[in-house]
Amino acid sequence: MIHNTLVICRRELGGYFATPLAYVFIVIFLVFAGVLTFFVGNFFERGQADLQSFFTFHPWLYLVLVPAVSMRLWSEERKSGTIELFMTLPIRLSEAVLGKFLAAWIFVGIALALTFPFWLTVLFLGDPDNGVILASYVGSWLMAGAILAIGAAISAATKNQIIAFVLTASLVFVLIAAGTPTVLGLFTGWAPEGLIRAIAAASLFGHFTAITRGVLDLRDAYYFVSIMVAFLAANAVLIDLTKAD
Amino acid sequence: MLEIRNLYKNFGPLVAVDDVSFTVARGEVLGFLGPNGAGKSTTMKMITGFLAPTSGTALVCDADIREQPLAAKRQFGYLPEGAPAYPDMAVADFLRFIAHIRGFRGKEAAARIDHIVELVHLNEVYEQRIDTLSKGFRRRVGVAQALIHDPPVVILDEPTDGLDPNQKYEMRGILAEMAPEKAIIISTHLLEEVEAVCSRAIIIAGGRILADGTPTELTARSRFHNAVRLDIDPANEARIRADLAVLPDIAAIDTIEEGRVLLIVPRDGRPLASDIAELAEGRDWRIGGFTVERGRLDDVFRAITAPKPQLADS
Repeated sequence: MIHNTLVICRRELGGYFATPLAYVFIVIFLVFAGVLTFFVGNFFERGQADLQSFFTFHPWLYLVLVPAVSMRLWSEERKSGTIELFMTLPIRLSEAVLGKFLAAWIFVGIALALTFPFWLTVLFLGDPDNGVILASYVGSWLMAGAILAIGAAISAATKNQIIAFVLTASLVFVLIAAGTPTVLGLFTGWAPEGLIRAIAAASLFGHFTAITRGVLDLRDAYYFVSIMVAFLAANAVLIDLTKAD
Repeated sequence: MLEIRNLYKNFGPLVAVDDVSFTVARGEVLGFLGPNGAGKSTTMKMITGFLAPTSGTALVCDADIREQPLAAKRQFGYLPEGAPAYPDMAVADFLRFIAHIRGFRGKEAAARIDHIVELVHLNEVYEQRIDTLSKGFRRRVGVAQALIHDPPVVILDEPTDGLDPNQKYEMRGILAEMAPEKAIIISTHLLEEVEAVCSRAIIIAGGRILADGTPTELTARSRFHNAVRLDIDPANEARIRADLAVLPDIAAIDTIEEGRVLLIVPRDGRPLASDIAELAEGRDWRIGGFTVERGRLDDVFRAITAPKPQLADS
């Protein structure tokens, strides 16, 4: 089981780096992260040796860039016909779904890891709390994984990559925005307390900001992992239904 | 080795495969013949577990594709229609991926890859990316991945499509060589391929099996089976026709190639050759050539699969 999953993962990951696309993606990710952190995030003005300005923007960074990775996960295979070859090999559906997901997650992980110069910057400039920073990186990676899982499931549902991108980005936007103070503010005053809390709990935003504040609550990790599990299961069902279309 | 049981598939009101059953034994090369849209590819997709049948199943070496898909998938090699392969991979990497999925590692994987590359002649494109290959080479890569694990059952959807005559010949040679050990099923529209490679043919149209037999048996159904072809001097045609009138089993005498050839078609494929030969000599017809036709598979194919003419509305 693990062997096949890893073989599939390795093939998929190799595929990312076979074209310039992967490198372009990573560069754009890093440039955006930099611009958002140092200019929009008022990194220098804040005068704090932490990476809050960096991590604050991750949900929005992922919103735009992660669906670009997930959109081609299954759509490409279905469109080119390689899915027929792939799904008639002696592999389990779970191995196929996990292998592809892992490759995408590792790829985003690589892009995230390449932001280490930001960490070096605060290490040079001051005395940051490295535990918080490490926890934030882990939380960010988990969030990326959740978004990827959503994107993978949507990619399995359509052959058109543009549609996959737009649907994923839209759904993720709703999940992020629902937890922001702006949106929650719309509900306070007239909506029942329980509903407001439910919306906040369902939102990616709330769970992520908690982690970046150095609060490594297992519930937040559990939230991201639950999303991953749910959407990967949906992914498997969708692929099984649509592979021959 | 390969048993198909009552496969049935419908897409809403459209019945693509209608109760198809057959078996392929070891040593057999079965040609799956039919017009476009007949249900050949759909049947193959169901056998390989890509498409779920509406009902019925396939057993590959006694493993049911619906109940034990993994066990079944290990027993066959499949070349899907269009020979899809990952375009951004080099041939070498692609074959290595397939070898690993099939459970081979290290030296054994390398040995298997080398062997299949030799067999299918992929040496010159080994390092090339698949999207840079010609159609013929892409198909060969597809066949290579289907055979790399030396499966007992081989399922090929149009294996020689897009190959030039030399490559077709080579591919058929490869199939013929491995045929005694395996159960092979190939789908094709090429009748010459059926005659060249297949030990048995099934004609399918409209989702149903319409004929099942050896190529010889099928060609014998042809209108032209046992027809006699004579190269004559056109001046003698009238005389020859008059002489032939004495034979009772002639259905028709066709003049072709501007009067230089007479085609004598028998009733029900009855043998006329010796009677005609006797007459030719006895009556001094001065014929230049004498051929007995075995029959044409394309007539049989057309006769069986062509849509029946509709009655006009009055």
